[in-house]
Amino acid sequence: MNALYILCGLGIVSLVSEILNFKKWLLPIVIVGLSVAIVAASFEWNNTTHFFGNMVIFDHFAIAFTVLICMVAFFWFWMAHSYFDNKEHLTDQAALILFSLVGAIILTSINNMAMLFLGIEILSIALYVLVGSKKDSLFSTEAAFKYFLMGSFATGFLLMGIALIYGATGSFELTKISAFISAHSKELPLFFYSGVLLVLIGMSFKISAVPFHFWAPDVYQGAPTAITAFMSTIVKIAAFAAIIRLFAGCFIEISSTWLNILSVITVLTLVLANVTAVYQTNVKRMLAYSSVGHAGYVLIALVCGGNISNVVLYYLSGYSIASLIAFTVLNQMEENNQGITIESFNGLFNRSRFLAVAMTIALLSLAGIPPLAGFFGKYLLLSLAVGAGHIWLVAVAIVTSVIGVYYYFKIILAMYFKSDSQSQVPVSFSQRLLLAVLLILVFVLGIFPDLFQVL
Amino acid sequence: MLTIFLIFWPLFAALIVFALKQQARTIALIASVIELAVALAVAFLFVPDDSVQFAINLPWIQSIGVSFNVGIDGISLLLVLLTTGLVPFIILSSFGNTYQSPQTFYGLILLMQMALVGVFVSLDGFLFYLFWEMALIPIYFICLIWGGEDRGRITLKFFIYTLAGSLVMLIGLVYLYFHTSGTHTFEIQALYEAGRRLTPFEQGILFWTFFVAFAIKMPVFPFHTWQPDTYTVSPVQGTMLLSAIMLKMGIYGVIRWLIPFVPLGVQAWGMTAIVLSVIGIVYASVIALMQKDFKRLIAYSSIAHVGLISAGLFTLNKIGMQGAMIQMLSHGIVVFALFYVVEIISQRTKTRTISELGGIRLQAPILTTTFLVILLGSIALPFTSGFVGEFLLINSLVQYQFAIGAVAGLTSILGAVYMLRSFQQSMLGEKKVVTSTISDLTSQEKWVLYPIVVLIVVIGIYPTPLLKISEAAVNNLLTIVSNYLALAK
Repeated sequence: MNALYILCGLGIVSLVSEILNFKKWLLPIVIVGLSVAIVAASFEWNNTTHFFGNMVIFDHFAIAFTVLICMVAFFWFWMAHSYFDNKEHLTDQAALILFSLVGAIILTSINNMAMLFLGIEILSIALYVLVGSKKDSLFSTEAAFKYFLMGSFATGFLLMGIALIYGATGSFELTKISAFISAHSKELPLFFYSGVLLVLIGMSFKISAVPFHFWAPDVYQGAPTAITAFMSTIVKIAAFAAIIRLFAGCFIEISSTWLNILSVITVLTLVLANVTAVYQTNVKRMLAYSSVGHAGYVLIALVCGGNISNVVLYYLSGYSIASLIAFTVLNQMEENNQGITIESFNGLFNRSRFLAVAMTIALLSLAGIPPLAGFFGKYLLLSLAVGAGHIWLVAVAIVTSVIGVYYYFKIILAMYFKSDSQSQVPVSFSQRLLLAVLLILVFVLGIFPDLFQVL
Repeated sequence: MLTIFLIFWPLFAALIVFALKQQARTIALIASVIELAVALAVAFLFVPDDSVQFAINLPWIQSIGVSFNVGIDGISLLLVLLTTGLVPFIILSSFGNTYQSPQTFYGLILLMQMALVGVFVSLDGFLFYLFWEMALIPIYFICLIWGGEDRGRITLKFFIYTLAGSLVMLIGLVYLYFHTSGTHTFEIQALYEAGRRLTPFEQGILFWTFFVAFAIKMPVFPFHTWQPDTYTVSPVQGTMLLSAIMLKMGIYGVIRWLIPFVPLGVQAWGMTAIVLSVIGIVYASVIALMQKDFKRLIAYSSIAHVGLISAGLFTLNKIGMQGAMIQMLSHGIVVFALFYVVEIISQRTKTRTISELGGIRLQAPILTTTFLVILLGSIALPFTSGFVGEFLLINSLVQYQFAIGAVAGLTSILGAVYMLRSFQQSMLGEKKVVTSTISDLTSQEKWVLYPIVVLIVVIGIYPTPLLKISEAAVNNLLTIVSNYLALAK
């Protein structure tokens, strides 16, 4: 909870910094603030606390995801300083990001449908603005508009679902809803089930699961790279935290209603996203599809059921760190070249060895090659599926993983194999350090996964 | 401790080599020689019985029952010796070339060595799988960065092929893992027991999940299509790593991670595997007869030789197993030397097409003689290392079923035909344009080839010490399997 307060405070500080004129200290303040938030959240580990009349719960699950979100945000600010170089809007943009983080943390700790709605809206509204923050770019504006429209649709579904659930159970509170479900398991009205499905659809929009993913490629491509990185990491983590709270917690007893639909969504997500990614030439678009695909892998956990929070937490950590590396590299390359295609990576190994090696390791991790974090995450998911007896899901996951290797390796091929005509890519010391830290994390996570099994 | 050193010393050396600016190859050579010295020390300390020695078992990922469990028995030891023995020669064989960014090249070779040794000493399913996959990364980049024409497509095919096979194997491992009793674990003995408790049907399915991965690695027909292109396009050091050491991962996998796991599956499908292997032998030999490219010819001959090893393994008799063990060593040494000789010739003449060569004997008699000895080892002439293994393998196949043995025996004849013919065309006869100025072996090349030639002859004349190393372990394995099969009836 303290992390939530700290982040709110930081957001306000960054707005005030414009007036009180300490803009140039803002980013250091944010970085320090995030570190304090991480520490503060970790100190709450041993006592589960409820706030606002049970509307949010800070239990182990919430704290673990909060810490993860704050850490990713920490690295994100480190990576994105070039995005803020445009000093004019520094304070607004930093404030929007920080408020969006507040929404993310609310989503990890919801115990109330109203908080779910609030969290999603706080998270998204800031992002609608940020996606369009490259005002001179037509793509950015288009992306913002698309994201806003699709987001509104999703919210519509979500609200409708919440209303139906409230109508059936008479409560917004997740614990009360689930108690109601077990008490009246035989006599739930049909519109209650429709409500649950509408919530599922609304959440699928947020994690961009197929067939609700159509906004993702355009938005990811059009948004400024830093914002894309934010969306494909922090937004995903927060949305999955909320989904687990809802579907692995509150609605688990009526899983027979939504499990089949979720299975279909999972398989579609895995197959369509990975196959479409093969045909992309724009790297940001490809990473967008790959991020949709990774959402599919996480959904496998949900289909299998059981104690999945650990697996999901681990998978999302590994995925986020690898994505951050990839986006940091993209960010570096973009400075002298807009619209990164696979050809932009040609001969990167000879132009900037460090970037090439970092990108290679990130892609290998995303593809699930040991001993990197991505492998162990995938292993946990596959082992969950084998344990639950979903061999067909395992088969789909394996085929899509192999397809995944194909498109990730297109970039690797370009970096090592194709000859280059482009210039060197300069990398500042701070970005080198960031990449080095993230690379070490990918290895540590992959080699000592037990350190991260906290839930 | 020695086992840990054997695994992590190459990793440590690789990290140092990556960071170097100059002298990468010297440091890499020194590191690999140190590794070889330690491996030889292990071999001298090794007691030739069926126990696992130099074992180390440290807790690692306790939440899923994975431990860092490594050890060396007779079967592992032979392969560790092969790996550590060949890597210095592979590094030395590259001294004549200059590479773009040599530190990466030699670093990757050492990384590869780490993964290979890891595969051969792992006694934990998860650990084995990690090393198995990790071996793929360095070799992929070696082929991709320093390979020949069209390497992008070819190496990607190689990578995806092998990765797909490995993933299927992973599912098999996880399935076994969930059938271990008590707290699930990847410990090899627990996996053995889990596998043997399964129904014949499940064992049959699991047989295929593992066999596909190993068959792709070796490669056995019809999983071989990645191999000729990859061998041809790789830089020669990559080809040597692939053919001399890496394909032994597949054979070793069959011995340690397939036959004892699912004996009923092996019994049910062993015949199919043998038939596939024998088809591969004949098929590859016939294609080898038609090859014009020297490197490709050796690539196909390698498929034929490996097919024989694989067929011998699945006969489940002791002669076949021991033959496979010795033939693994012999094939590793011989194929390494063959690829090196071809590289030497093609570097000097700028061609690998056999028909453009000729009369090399007149210009380079030492090269010719060396090549002849290696070639005789390859076609398994008595008193060369190839003979011992091939004799045992064909013997085991004849015992298993005469017809299959007879067909497999054809390879010896076909092998002799295409190898001798290519020798005749390239070495004997009149000088051609490209060979008119070819120079003889340099002292660096002699340093690589002479020890190999000596090994080929010594193993051929006196193979007993090597057979002794693995005998107890092989006996033990077969006893366990045959006892189980007797009970299952």
